[in-house]
Amino acid sequence: MAINRRSFLNAILGSGFVGWLGSIFYPVFSFLVPPKMPEANVQSVNAGLINDIPLNSSQILKFGRTPVLLVRAQSGEFKALAATCTHLDCTVQYREDRQDIWCACHNGIYSLAGRNLAGPPPKPLSQYVVNIVDKEVVVSKPKQIG
Amino acid sequence: MLKKTMQKTYHWLDERFKITPLVEFMSHKQVPVHKHSLWYYMGGVALFLFVIQVVSGILLLLYYQPGIDSAFESVQFITTKVSFGWLFRSVHSWSANLMVFFVFVHMFSTFFTRTYKKPRELTWVTGSVLLLLSLFFGFSGYLLPWNELAFFATKVGTDIAGAIPFIGEPIKLLLRGGEGVTGATLSRFYAFHVALIPAAFTILLFLHLLFVQRQGMHEPEFFQKLPENKKRMMPFFPNFVLRDALLWLLVLNVILYLAVFFPWEIGVKADAFAPAPQGIKPEWFFMFMFQALKLLPAHIFLMEGEVFGILFFAIAGTVWFTVPFWSVFIKENLRLKLMKLFGIIVIAFILILTIWGYLD
Repeated sequence: MAINRRSFLNAILGSGFVGWLGSIFYPVFSFLVPPKMPEANVQSVNAGLINDIPLNSSQILKFGRTPVLLVRAQSGEFKALAATCTHLDCTVQYREDRQDIWCACHNGIYSLAGRNLAGPPPKPLSQYVVNIVDKEVVVSKPKQIG
Repeated sequence: MLKKTMQKTYHWLDERFKITPLVEFMSHKQVPVHKHSLWYYMGGVALFLFVIQVVSGILLLLYYQPGIDSAFESVQFITTKVSFGWLFRSVHSWSANLMVFFVFVHMFSTFFTRTYKKPRELTWVTGSVLLLLSLFFGFSGYLLPWNELAFFATKVGTDIAGAIPFIGEPIKLLLRGGEGVTGATLSRFYAFHVALIPAAFTILLFLHLLFVQRQGMHEPEFFQKLPENKKRMMPFFPNFVLRDALLWLLVLNVILYLAVFFPWEIGVKADAFAPAPQGIKPEWFFMFMFQALKLLPAHIFLMEGEVFGILFFAIAGTVWFTVPFWSVFIKENLRLKLMKLFGIIVIAFILILTIWGYLD
């Protein structure tokens, strides 16, 4: 294929133009992506004295920026679960009357073990570990395996 | 005296900018008069509501302070301390909702009168983008008071965007300005709401109106078939414009009535560590999608329910907004009935799910 002077110059100018566009938009798009913010690596949170937490109640604990739901069941047993609904990111709550975990946004229902029972949630809530140390309730992140 | 000054000003302008041809164009422009003429006014009402949005929005900007420690407080300050602050905030919220409503009415009326057909395909497309921008206006403005309902609606809305296959996560990150909905999200939504969307909206609106002016008012098929002497017409200026103005005045009165007797609530300040409150709901124009997502099971065809829902709405939206381009391939004798049926199904779907959403 013969290349004449005009098409050669058009190709050079065209690629120059594309390069120019790239030099404008690359910094703009990079600017739009937020930088990664370091998050405090909280391994465990003290939820208070065991005697101060009534039966059939719940509270939300702050694991850095992550909410964790601590439930004390009617039986006295403690359960700690990620409080973020696996459906669309809302924060779940413990329903004392029905003794289950409920997401008000789209009516998702989980068992106290975190299993998704009804509604749209596709996955269970991840579990946290609860230990009683000197009458203090301590909630910790589950140990990563491997 | 006044007349003389006006004439002088006109001549001064005409000498420099040749405005006589424009005035002549306006005075020769005709609007068809028939049983569906009412629908011609809907776009104008939406335009008027946009102007109210701009004016009341600029006033609110003078006091509003974005930021998780100041947004809610500044809206409280506007409504309780600033003279007529309650009025302008309520007018802004009410006219925003009415604007979306009239954009929908305008869209469906152009759909059922088949105004989108050749040569007005691009008017339909620019109108569709304006509708999407209006929804984004509503979505971004909803968060600005930083209250509980808005906080969770934003979480859900941005998470829905995040579920789009492949491009979802980057979009979610760009919208939120980070992993979660935080002060960074509020800053971004503020920028979208007061700068980015208004700029895009103004450009699109200019194009949309330019197309309408250039091509003139659409004549429905039954009107086109009438003999020339049976076609009733009305001059655009001043007859149509004055009727427009009267309707705008009525709409303004309705907004003021709503703002005074049904002031917009501020709600409860957002707390990132509080559970989602009972009765959480999005704005009414997202209700049908919200309800559809609520009804979908966790998994459909090996897909997560929400992904299925999002794909469904994305495809349905694309089909709807490209109507002028694919409807021409339907056989002419079937087209009229099929398109009418399609429109009725879409309206019924939206209405039923919206009502269901409120009753649920």
